[in-house]
Amino acid sequence: MQHEEQCVDRAAGTGDIRKALMSGNQAIARGAYEAGVRVACAYPGTPSTEILEHIRAFEGIYVEWSPNEKVALEVALGAAIAGVRALAAMKHVGLNVAADPLFTAAYTGVNAGLVIVSADDPGMHSSQNEQDNRHYARFAKIPMLEPSDSQEAKDFVGLALDISERFDTPVMLRTTTRISHSSGIVVLGAPQAPRRLPYKKNPPKYVMVPGNARLRHIEVEARLKALAEFAEGFAYNTIEWNSTRVGIIASGVSYQYAREVLEKNASYLRLAMTNPIPEGVIRGFAAKVDRLYVIEELDPFLEEQLRAMGLNVVGKRLLPVTGELTPEAIRRAMIEEGVLAGAVAGAQVALVPPNENANAGAGNHEAGDAIALPARPPVMCPGCPHRGAFYVLRKLKVVATGDIGCYTLGVAPPLSALDTTICMGASIGNAIGFAAAAAMDQRPQTCAVETAAKAAEAEAEAEAGAGAGALATSAAAVPRKPVAVIGDSTFVHSGITGLIDAVYNQVSIVVLILDNGTTAMTGHQNHPATGVTLRGTATHRLSLEDLVRACGVEYVAVVDPYDLVATERALRQAAAVPGPAVVIARRSCVLLPGARPADRYIILEDRCTACKLCLSLGCPAIEVRDGRPVIIRGSCAGCGVCAQICRCDAIAQHKAGEYHE
Amino acid sequence: MSEPSKPIGVRSVLIVGVGGQGILLASRLLASAAIGAGFDVKISEVHGMAQRGGSVVTHVRLGTKVHSPLVEMGTADFVVAFEKLEALRWLPYARPGATVIVNDLEIPPLPVILGAERYPTDIIRRLAAGGRRVVLVDAQGMARSAGNARCANTAIMGMLARRLDLGITEERWQVAVGDVAPPGTAEVNWKAFCLGYTCESYK
Repeated sequence: MQHEEQCVDRAAGTGDIRKALMSGNQAIARGAYEAGVRVACAYPGTPSTEILEHIRAFEGIYVEWSPNEKVALEVALGAAIAGVRALAAMKHVGLNVAADPLFTAAYTGVNAGLVIVSADDPGMHSSQNEQDNRHYARFAKIPMLEPSDSQEAKDFVGLALDISERFDTPVMLRTTTRISHSSGIVVLGAPQAPRRLPYKKNPPKYVMVPGNARLRHIEVEARLKALAEFAEGFAYNTIEWNSTRVGIIASGVSYQYAREVLEKNASYLRLAMTNPIPEGVIRGFAAKVDRLYVIEELDPFLEEQLRAMGLNVVGKRLLPVTGELTPEAIRRAMIEEGVLAGAVAGAQVALVPPNENANAGAGNHEAGDAIALPARPPVMCPGCPHRGAFYVLRKLKVVATGDIGCYTLGVAPPLSALDTTICMGASIGNAIGFAAAAAMDQRPQTCAVETAAKAAEAEAEAEAGAGAGALATSAAAVPRKPVAVIGDSTFVHSGITGLIDAVYNQVSIVVLILDNGTTAMTGHQNHPATGVTLRGTATHRLSLEDLVRACGVEYVAVVDPYDLVATERALRQAAAVPGPAVVIARRSCVLLPGARPADRYIILEDRCTACKLCLSLGCPAIEVRDGRPVIIRGSCAGCGVCAQICRCDAIAQHKAGEYHE
Repeated sequence: MSEPSKPIGVRSVLIVGVGGQGILLASRLLASAAIGAGFDVKISEVHGMAQRGGSVVTHVRLGTKVHSPLVEMGTADFVVAFEKLEALRWLPYARPGATVIVNDLEIPPLPVILGAERYPTDIIRRLAAGGRRVVLVDAQGMARSAGNARCANTAIMGMLARRLDLGITEERWQVAVGDVAPPGTAEVNWKAFCLGYTCESYK
């Protein structure tokens, strides 16, 4: 668990915690506990992951890491229909995977309450897109609550479940990174006694064949009208009257930014429930203020609805549609509008926040001193088992379609090994597409030229002696099959169906499963192929090699990615066989306890010719000092991959005990 | 310390560094002490990809009533940097006259390691421009003196504590260190904190 409960205030005498500093995610977990949730499911995904990790701490709740978000929501829905309160949590893009059950769950409704937490990631701190999931609530016609701090994150879980039961609908609880991963003080409540609603078999409600679904759709529309009426009196939509010169409509963390920047210079209508919106309340507020602004992050979700109501409102004319909303963006907009006094602070440059992922060096300027700073992109750790696999892939010059996980970092220089990254599991389908496109290529002349060029290129490389002698092979054997690169957890999540497609249609691809035995990027969660549950108990371990063989793959090799020769040999063999082939590169994530090898490596100065080939691994444990590569003491994890590629035998192993960190 | 930038008395602290330097623990230490002293507190952190050796920032805001969990650019009273380049990267968040506490440590990012870019050589000068006060500190050295090199983060927070000027008592800080320190390390962390508290900038 990332954050232990930090006590702020204990009740005198009893020692019971009454107040605590909690992240939004931790507060949601607490809210689920207090509201009597009995089943909670998720697939890990930033920024939602810690919700289930915290719920796990409570007794009496069935918790699971589901293989993916679709299964998570289906399990939670089943539990709700069966009569216990349930929660499914996911990141924004996870709801795409769960969208199929979501839309029909809106038709069936629930029995006991069902809350779906969607944790969005504006600014893409750790995501492949920044879609605005508020649209999902409107699209699926379900109510949505948006907490604006940790206290509300906790309280709104119970509220959502009450609404869910009262209106017989799933309810979406939508957070963003700055709600999920911000912490604030939370006043704790007492947990509700467990209860179970009776389940009655009711096929017209729960079996969505067309004849039943047509009737349920009518119910959905009627329910939406009832919810709109409910929203008018919903006590958590609040108005703070200050100056009526300016009125602000906002929700979630955007409200907090607006309140901070504008202080008492504006009146505020804060919407806790953003679907459906309370049109009457909004009209009443709008009528009393001179100028009306909507301050919202990402899409003009509220603004467009307000415009459709005929209100004269300003929003995205002033505020960005892309990236995270920031207090400074609001201040600049309000200064431009004359709402706040002051100059628009100097340069636009000064208002571009440094990118935390720091991929874009251009964003890193000092105000008034526009000198770009070196970016600090996230990197694969020293000893990361993915590094060796990517080194070999790059050497083989194959098309490598990527996937979602730490190994997405293989796109960065110097490895630069990936061609695509789309979504969970897409690597395999993408590779099939590349192979299909090549197969449809009807231009033999062009092909011949390309092949000749590639052969010449590879030959030149072989002559240049790239790689250790043992790795040098003839250019003719360079494999041309596209390689799908996917992690173990991601493969289970949504890679299996892609592989079945490759087998079914006999498409020549290689699937390289980087099996590090965990879901590393989100903080080392277990999954079906680790053989350990969310509660830490041993369970059946899904065997990836048995699974891919059962799918019909004939060539299956398991290699240690620390062994470059074996990894390259397996990939070449996989490329040589007809049809789909699978290589499983198996080695524990180096951050897992006990995963670091005992030995360390050093560069022998007398042998090193400073050719810097070792730098092509992009290992943060190797740096250049005075023009020569040096392995940083204390950083080396002992994988030995650099020693294998060194052409001068200049990287030597130091046995454990000889090396003092 | 100089007058707060906002009449509502909210102090904004940006804690920055490189993934793995113990920044989350440092921000929780500050929050814990401030809450103990009766302040409202909000922290904002980022998890996931940024933690893989990337640039990491935590926003801490404390005061009578805190709305935004994010520090507005140009308003931070303190920038606490566990690494020099990161101090410079996040400097746009500092207000004029802010105090920048910076660990005298250079961790070259990958583009520098690969020779594609250079590590800036004039960081301290640039930090001190515009009337900012720069406090340079050898946190690793203090942590080693305290008995555990991993306590560099608490040592830096000790330096911040003395300059924070919020009237938080020594007892509250000690309780906070005990609250957030990993099991069995409260004593050595408190020692590192105290060394930081009494330390002067050495440049």
